[in-house]
Amino acid sequence: MISQFFVLSQRGDNIVFRDYRGEVQKGSAEIFFRKVKFWKDDGQEEAPPVFNLDGVNYFHVKVVGLLFVATTRVNVSPSLVLELLQRIARVIKDYLGILNEDSLRKNFVLVYELLDEVIDFGYAQTTSTEVLKSYVFNEPIVVDAARLQPLNPAAIFMQGTKRMPGTAVTKSVVANEPGGRRREEIFVDIIEKISVTFSSSGYILTSEIDGTIQMKSYLTGNPEIRLALNEDLSIGRGGGRSIYDYRSSSGSGVVILDDCNFHESVRLDNFEVDRTLTLVPPDGEFPVMNYRMTQEFKPPFRINTLIEEAGSLKAEVILKISAEFSSSIIANTIAIQMPLPKYTIRATFELEPAANGQTTDFKEVNKRLEWGIKKIVGGSEHTLRAKLTFSQELHGNLTKESGPVSMTFTIPMYNASKLQVKYLQIAKKSSTYNPYRWVRYVTQANSYVARL
Amino acid sequence: MAPPAHSHRSASPSQPSGKGEVSDLKSQLRQLAGSRAPGADDSKRELFKKVISYMTIGIDVSSLFGEMVMCSATSDIVLKKMCYLYVGNYAEVNPDLALLTINFLQRDCKDDDPMIRGLALRSLSSLRVSNLVEYLVGPLGSGLKDNNSYVRMVAVMGVLKLYHISASTCIDADFPAMLKHLMLSDPDTQVVANCLYALQEIWSSEASTSEEAARDKESLISKPVIYYLLNRIREFSEWAQCQVLELAAKYIPSDSNEIFDIMNLLEDRLQHANGAVVLATTKVFLQLTLSMNDVHQQVYERIKAPLLTLMSSGSPEQSYAVLSHLHLLVMRAPYIFSSDYKHFYCQYNEPSYVKKLKLEMLTAVANENNTYEIVTELCEYAANVDIAIARESIRAVGKIALQQYDVNAIVDRLLQFLEMEKDYVTAEALVLVKDLLRKYPQWSHDCIAVVGNISSKNVQEPKAKAALIWMLGEYSQEMTDAPYVLESLIENWDDEHSAEVRLHLLTAVMKCFFKRPPETQKALGAALAAGLADFHRDVHDRALFYYRLLQYDVSVAECIINPPKQAVSVFADTQSSEIKDRIFDEFNSLSVVYQKPSYMFTDKEHRGPFELSDELGKLSTGTESANDVPAHRVEANDKDLLLSISEKEESIGAINNDSAYTAPLFDTPSVFVPASQSQSEPKGSLAIDDLLGLVLPAATAPAPSPLPLKLNSRAILDSAIFQQKWRQLQISISQEHSMSPAVAAALTPQALIQHMQAQSIHCIASGGQSPNFKFFFFAQKAEEPSTFLVEYKINTSSGKAQINIKADDQSTSEAFSTLFCSALSEFGMP
Repeated sequence: MISQFFVLSQRGDNIVFRDYRGEVQKGSAEIFFRKVKFWKDDGQEEAPPVFNLDGVNYFHVKVVGLLFVATTRVNVSPSLVLELLQRIARVIKDYLGILNEDSLRKNFVLVYELLDEVIDFGYAQTTSTEVLKSYVFNEPIVVDAARLQPLNPAAIFMQGTKRMPGTAVTKSVVANEPGGRRREEIFVDIIEKISVTFSSSGYILTSEIDGTIQMKSYLTGNPEIRLALNEDLSIGRGGGRSIYDYRSSSGSGVVILDDCNFHESVRLDNFEVDRTLTLVPPDGEFPVMNYRMTQEFKPPFRINTLIEEAGSLKAEVILKISAEFSSSIIANTIAIQMPLPKYTIRATFELEPAANGQTTDFKEVNKRLEWGIKKIVGGSEHTLRAKLTFSQELHGNLTKESGPVSMTFTIPMYNASKLQVKYLQIAKKSSTYNPYRWVRYVTQANSYVARL
Repeated sequence: MAPPAHSHRSASPSQPSGKGEVSDLKSQLRQLAGSRAPGADDSKRELFKKVISYMTIGIDVSSLFGEMVMCSATSDIVLKKMCYLYVGNYAEVNPDLALLTINFLQRDCKDDDPMIRGLALRSLSSLRVSNLVEYLVGPLGSGLKDNNSYVRMVAVMGVLKLYHISASTCIDADFPAMLKHLMLSDPDTQVVANCLYALQEIWSSEASTSEEAARDKESLISKPVIYYLLNRIREFSEWAQCQVLELAAKYIPSDSNEIFDIMNLLEDRLQHANGAVVLATTKVFLQLTLSMNDVHQQVYERIKAPLLTLMSSGSPEQSYAVLSHLHLLVMRAPYIFSSDYKHFYCQYNEPSYVKKLKLEMLTAVANENNTYEIVTELCEYAANVDIAIARESIRAVGKIALQQYDVNAIVDRLLQFLEMEKDYVTAEALVLVKDLLRKYPQWSHDCIAVVGNISSKNVQEPKAKAALIWMLGEYSQEMTDAPYVLESLIENWDDEHSAEVRLHLLTAVMKCFFKRPPETQKALGAALAAGLADFHRDVHDRALFYYRLLQYDVSVAECIINPPKQAVSVFADTQSSEIKDRIFDEFNSLSVVYQKPSYMFTDKEHRGPFELSDELGKLSTGTESANDVPAHRVEANDKDLLLSISEKEESIGAINNDSAYTAPLFDTPSVFVPASQSQSEPKGSLAIDDLLGLVLPAATAPAPSPLPLKLNSRAILDSAIFQQKWRQLQISISQEHSMSPAVAAALTPQALIQHMQAQSIHCIASGGQSPNFKFFFFAQKAEEPSTFLVEYKINTSSGKAQINIKADDQSTSEAFSTLFCSALSEFGMP
């Protein structure tokens, strides 16, 4: 049960403020913002998502730079409130198409209307866009999508592959298209975030894939959908068998997930048999399935780093990135960072010839090397050489003073786990009914680190 | 809603100051009020939006109240909603104006459109004006009977709102009974869920004054209600599911079959994508199996994977909430996660609040098998760019070192930290080396060699400096230049800002003096002189004390300052196990995140609908479920946890068979003589007295006065076990006690709890409101794990109190009773 809900801009302005129970003082938004902004004197540490100040518990989540906040005096379940905040943000996004400060300000009456139905007297009523549709009457005022930052994982599809209609991910679930008719379509996105840590000798220390099958449906009449995954998919590994023995963890399938969970609407009647998920997708965007995998997989990139002394007060860094995936696949927005010794005062860069779309930088403030590459084609290799100048004599080990190298990237139409949607079946209403189906894969770096 | 205007808001271009704009709006609204012209509604919408946007940014638009109400006579639902929003915001501060709205809201409550009926009812009940409640009762009553579920849903919450405005009106109208009926019969699960929310709040707050409400509240965790709700659990919204699960976690099943049924029913909830549902289910599983040790362990295994998935798949915020719970579980069962430690490695892009928790996890799961890998990983973080995390990592290494037997490799790493030549790394490492030496003096040789190389000039942080100085004093024999380092530190006495460091300096130089007098004498003199002149009282006093001690007798001084020391075996745990158990009982709440039980951060009324004490209160009257339990079942279930009881049962089983368990637990214990009492000769008289229903004053205790009973001052009892025992044991002594009214009147629960604690009688739960308080205490014998449980009810205005005692070993309950009463009688004495 919460007492108040509000949304603050990055500067701390109230965009939306709703007091459900009148138990917490009115100035709470200001108190909250001051506390979060000056959490620790050095400004280094972020405020935790939950804290207590004078008997009031403040919860917040950050969504696209906005702070979604709830307050209460009651000892509630933190994960419930945090999940609720996240879900409110998602409902608003479903309605507005785009969630940002501008769209919120333009549509605040609609947002209030939503908030009235989502929460009553502090208790969550419904967060289903589907259900809310029948209670909410304001029409969204759609803001211009063209100049917007990507907002969510699905937004990455806007760049790169041309096959995807870029507007879809920013389309409101309720607003009508300018043409009057809505396009019948459904998006299924398999989004994987991979975390890999390489030791200094290139050996993989840890690797994990956190994946989600995200769905966004614009189908009218909510037809039933069947989603088939790899038949040899197996779930649960290693760990002791469950007392209830409800899952057969035997067999050595190709894709072995450690664990997964499902959206409410998913029925698993046939899942054990043929790995199909049946569901009637509600309106709006939602995760059909989240999964986690620690099975070994081939990392898409190898990182080789060399740092060595080159005369007094000088050193050389060689960074080599090799793309170990098929040449038909192109990774984009690659960024590589490497902390350099604190006493580095200058860095000059030498890129390979014909290095198009590459940028290099030395960030003086935090002594960091930054290397950006727009595109990397599978199978290729890229190298960066940097000459460093130091302000003091070296002592000790250079590799202890620098690194680790971290990397971020996005690889469309690639998934590391090999989990696949084999087919997507939509229950037909008539023979002419043939909605657009988009099944898209993408892999992103979560924490991709090579130690020195 | 939007906060009412801050009157001194400065005008800025984007935020109009108000006055002019508001009067503009006023006249425009007036013009439109009666208009039926086409497009009038659209213009109204625009105006209403403006009003609400002013309201949001804090401009006072309450002066438009009349005009807004006039304009609301419309069939446009969007307009109506905006008007309701406006009215709800200003009604509380303008009760007179609110009266204006009653009419049209009441009319809307009878509208044909259920949507409008619902909205109007919600607005009407949200006015928060106490003199308008009379207008609310009628519409709420018909709302509860409405044929549309939306209206019923709103009406149920309306009842709760009414209760908060005027509890008596709500109770008098008999709304709780209507909600109870709806809860058990309504086809719409959201109506049911809202009834549950409302009834929990209403009955919890009524329970302290009304026996009936207390019983009603207990009925929520009765078998029929729980089963009814659980069987429909999939129909509820995910949020309502959490509430039902929270309730189910309080349910006490009668046998293990029931436990397994419930767990099988809820098994698939662990696969839910909503973390709140998974954690609530986890709580049910953990609570249900508390008394079944092996199943409880299996539950840990079962919940591991889903919780790890939630941790890594959700937002960082959600991850934080889940990690807090994982941390709690790891503290209870470290081995469960010991092979999954890699999940708790930090990722470079995680927020620091997640990293910190992960470091704590790594410390907790470290054992003989994984320490090497974990420490290696932590050492990587020590060079981290994020200095706060680097420090935490070093501390984590230290903690692991202190909890491991094989510290060989760790010591090497710690010493490597000292050689890294980063100030903060050196500082943290010094503090750790000091603690390590206190526990493992055998490492002194290796450590001292490295520490000796550190220049004290490079150590600035007080804690680290103090640690270094401590080592200089303690190991001055081994560190050749110790006296000279100390001497140079003393020379800079005035520049040393930290009193802690100066204190350590005094002690260190004393220690050094006893080991190497000729070299230290000069420094000691300087230190004592500087200390005596110090403005800091502690420093001054310590210097004076040392000075006089030396004056009195140097050899005595040596015995005091430099006695042979024993290695510290275990550093004190910062949290008592009782507190940890309390936090565990409050699983899936903020207590876990803050690592504090709820009474430490919330006031009584906000501890959530099912706080522990209430629940124990229930046990004292609601014993039906225990009666159903066949004795062998209980014994079978509880053998592991309640060994002392089962052993006892076995020993008397021959005479008594199962009667002790099968007999119903009436509140009149005197009619039933527990077999164990009649068995032991000297207590015979007591049993007879009990039979006659006499209350024995403590003074006339049986002649062979019982051996003095010693209690364990650090007794520990899990509250779940307390409940279990309370349910199973007979009341062995029930007596009245009175306190002088003057003392009783001044009694506060906290004071009494503290007082009893000092007598080794611990409070596990308390509750009630003045003048009636209720406490549950427990105590354990010092020599054996035999427990006494006490229920203590006192009326502070009359000073009359009722004491009910249950005991594992009933032969000593008389002695305990005497002890308890004498402890009580000392309460309030100076």
